[in-house]
Amino acid sequence: MRQRKKAKRAAAYLAVSAGAALLLSGCGSQYQVLDPAGPVAKTELHLIVMSALLMLIVIIPVLILFFYILYRYRDKPNNTAPYEPNHQDSKVLEIVWWGIPILIVAILGAYTIKTTFILTKPPTNTTPITVEVTSMDWKWLFQYPGSHIATVNYLDVPVGVPIQFVLTSNAPMNSFWVPRLGGQEYTMPGMAMRLWLQASYPGKYYGHGANFTGRGFSHTTFYVYAKPMPQFKQWVQSVKASAKPLTMTEYKKLNVPGIVGNLTFSSYPKNVFYNTVMNDGGKYMSSTMDSMMAIGKKASTSNMSGMPGMSNTSGSSK
Amino acid sequence: MPPSHLSHWGLLITGDPLIYGADASIVLATVAIIFVLTKYKKWGWLWREWLTTVDHKKIGIMYLIAAVLMLFRAGVDAELMRTQLALPNLHVLGPEHYDQIFTTHGTIMLLFMAMPFIFALMNIAVPLQIGARDVAFPFLNAISFWVFFFAAMLLNISFVIGGSPDAGWTSYAPLAGAGFDTGPGENFYLLSLQITGIGSLATGINFLATIFKMRAPGMKLMKMPLFTWSIVATSILIIYAFPALTVVLTLLLIDRIAGAHFFTIAAGGNPMMYINMFWIWGHPEVYILILPAFGVFSEIAATFSRKAVFGYKSMVFSLLLISLISYFVWAHHFFTMGAGAGVNSFFAVASMLVGIPTGVKIFNWLFTMFHGRIRIKMPMLWMLAFIPCFTMGGMTGVMLAAAPADYQYHNSYFLIAHFHQVLIGGTLFGMLAAMYYWWPKMFGFMLNEYWGKWAFWLFNIGFYVCFEPQYILGLMGMQRRMYTYPKGMGWTDLNFISTIGAYIMGIGFLVLVWDIVYSIKYGERDLTGDPWDGRTLEWSLPSPAPHYNFAVIPTITHRDHWWELKQTGRQDELKIHEQDIRPIHMPKNSGKPFLIGLSFFVVGWGFVFEWYILAVLGLLAIFVMMFMRSAEQHPDYHIPVEEVVHTETALGRL
Ligand code: HEM
Ligand SMILES: [Cu+2]
Repeated sequence: MRQRKKAKRAAAYLAVSAGAALLLSGCGSQYQVLDPAGPVAKTELHLIVMSALLMLIVIIPVLILFFYILYRYRDKPNNTAPYEPNHQDSKVLEIVWWGIPILIVAILGAYTIKTTFILTKPPTNTTPITVEVTSMDWKWLFQYPGSHIATVNYLDVPVGVPIQFVLTSNAPMNSFWVPRLGGQEYTMPGMAMRLWLQASYPGKYYGHGANFTGRGFSHTTFYVYAKPMPQFKQWVQSVKASAKPLTMTEYKKLNVPGIVGNLTFSSYPKNVFYNTVMNDGGKYMSSTMDSMMAIGKKASTSNMSGMPGMSNTSGSSK
Repeated sequence: MPPSHLSHWGLLITGDPLIYGADASIVLATVAIIFVLTKYKKWGWLWREWLTTVDHKKIGIMYLIAAVLMLFRAGVDAELMRTQLALPNLHVLGPEHYDQIFTTHGTIMLLFMAMPFIFALMNIAVPLQIGARDVAFPFLNAISFWVFFFAAMLLNISFVIGGSPDAGWTSYAPLAGAGFDTGPGENFYLLSLQITGIGSLATGINFLATIFKMRAPGMKLMKMPLFTWSIVATSILIIYAFPALTVVLTLLLIDRIAGAHFFTIAAGGNPMMYINMFWIWGHPEVYILILPAFGVFSEIAATFSRKAVFGYKSMVFSLLLISLISYFVWAHHFFTMGAGAGVNSFFAVASMLVGIPTGVKIFNWLFTMFHGRIRIKMPMLWMLAFIPCFTMGGMTGVMLAAAPADYQYHNSYFLIAHFHQVLIGGTLFGMLAAMYYWWPKMFGFMLNEYWGKWAFWLFNIGFYVCFEPQYILGLMGMQRRMYTYPKGMGWTDLNFISTIGAYIMGIGFLVLVWDIVYSIKYGERDLTGDPWDGRTLEWSLPSPAPHYNFAVIPTITHRDHWWELKQTGRQDELKIHEQDIRPIHMPKNSGKPFLIGLSFFVVGWGFVFEWYILAVLGLLAIFVMMFMRSAEQHPDYHIPVEEVVHTETALGRL
């Protein structure tokens, strides 16, 4: 069923993206949001295009009307256009322009809600892998609980596999954003949040912190390297074999505000991600959340418990 | 870039050329002002006529002057930022300065430029439009102004003493908490907003009371001019939104100076609470900034099309509907904070709903012009620029409201482009339109159209050149608040173009200032009091209006009362007859509002540097002043009939 709808939309989508491509001819991949490299970004682009089109349906007539009225009713001595100084009410017209925006919002709203719910699920049914992301001042630490390796400021992911990012921060709040793979999500101290992304093609994708974190913020760049599964596995093996481990001392050093280049580690201290979340305040979340607003509640408790990344570590923390 | 520890307490000796430059210009400007005032023996005049005034018209003018000065200050910030971003890897500004400058730019533009500009218009126009002699609480009105003024001084001085805040105009905790942001900079932000917030809240209450209680007889609610209606909506928004800001700033201040943990999760607080509370104020705040502009445009569209506003009831209804909805959309500023899909859906759809009444207003303005006769004078020109510009800004607003799409726009230049398009194309264009529109009413002369047009075109062209590329930059993945960016991202060309646009806008602003200076010298006098062939009551008064506004309060029978009288040749109905004149009850001038403002500055200073004795002394001074005010026996007086007769005769109205 999903397939059929997809096919229908694909046509519209194709037309629009062709238009967009023409418009922005040439250097496609620089227009990162418009050039998705994965299903999540694609779904989001779809919504972007759809919302832009719906808006243009209103705006173009408004602009035409505007220039027409401006020209037709300008104050010129010989202007023959009708002049009705008391023309000030029209039920029909009012209904028309309350009606049109309501209709458009209804369509866009429905579509938005649908997309919102879709994106909380993994983009495909393949078995996902998990990457734990910690934003620090001013760098990114990535941990792979599956293979127990860690990287800083870059990460490798397999193509065609949903990646569950579990996000936290060991510094002020940042936001994890890889435009070509999909939209961002905040990284917050004392909380663990989930973001699904997936790469469809091998490639090097730009990522950056999106939420301001102070002096070094402009340097919170990282890159995602998507490669076919065999090569990914090979990479994991070579990291395990040749990189040095991330010790607790080194973890603490890493967390001192500053800027570093790419780093690779063959292992990391046990439960360091979980403990970071807990020590930064995760321990308070479950007890205080009930009295907090619903928004906060969903953000932490449900994610913290419902998440394989989290429950794995919390299981072994005893 | 190896970041070193920079923001700290080096109060005056900073060794930084940018700061010494600012020091020098402050000292020079102060010396120049003192010199001029002394040379022309104007100190007494300044104190009697301005610093102690409780006249809404003069307070309005002071707000206007302050707003234009702040536009200049924050405009300089903008030009510095754009210069830094013109090319990749520039070092015009280091990250420390860039962070401070984007913070003060946003904070000043919103709180110390746009807000006072709106208060200027409220003060100048509302009492005249509703046939009142002053606002409901003139003394409080003066306090509002001085509190704002000294708060603005407090924030502005931070750049040279102690360091400016540098966590963004949103100042999210925990980045803005004591843990990550040492030094007094952030305190300047908290205190100056807190202090000016008191003034804003008082202004909201004051104008709501004024409009509800002080209308001329016969002016039913549905006969009020639309600008006045927009101020009703704005005042309600202020009254219900600002307390959230007051609370959130207070809590963060307590976190910072008393070591509490409201917003640090590590000790059981919750930073998400800060973000929620900030936007519970912040979103209504952006509508506080746009609704008065909507009111202005309704007046101008009708006046310059010589036609009644189309769909008056619909206009009023949509104003109120917008204010109502704007309380239910705040979470669209953080769709990416991990709320569930249900929450995001709710806030997405609620945000889109705002687009409906907004769209309706645009149609109604268009149909106000339809079948009219459009005269393109300066106020109308700004109105005409507003329609396409704001429509596009509204469009991108709705696009941002589509939550999953916002995951890609959020914190990018796409967002920056959106809110500049609505705030400049909406609020600022509206304020400038209003300035040209009511200028003759304030000062008795017109602003020059020739220079006005130059300023207009430069500013408009500059706007599009500066901000349209930023939408594309956002889609290219460029984040907001970066002080520099690398080569090879494809961002260079568009950033360079954007900077050129910013320079063109800067020139446009300078020409605008030149227009004012030129017109002060050569401006055409407005002898009729009704230079635009206006519709509402203020245009029935001479320009500028006498101190007491209306010698005799008129009785209102029509919506566009003055226009109606003119159409039916009955202007004489508003003519004054000597036997109708009674002594006029007016509030006395007072120096206390100024001193209260000054005391707030002292309190603010005390808290910023945690010199609590100073803060307590300041608070004490405020209480003493308030007590003295309460004990005053005669805060008011009567203007005798003879004086009114004399004034009106001199104005040729008797
Ligand atoms: C149709 C009406 C509008 C809608 C649906 C809308 C929607 C939005 C949304 C969803 C955001 C958040 C985007 C994000 O952070 O990712 C936003 C940001 C913003 N909007 Fe609008 N908007 C509208 C009109 C306006 C108006 C009229 C103003 C002010 C005059 C305004 C000022 C702002 C500001 C200042 C921000 C961003 C503040 C910041 O993050 O620094 N918007 N808008
Ligand atoms: Cu908002």
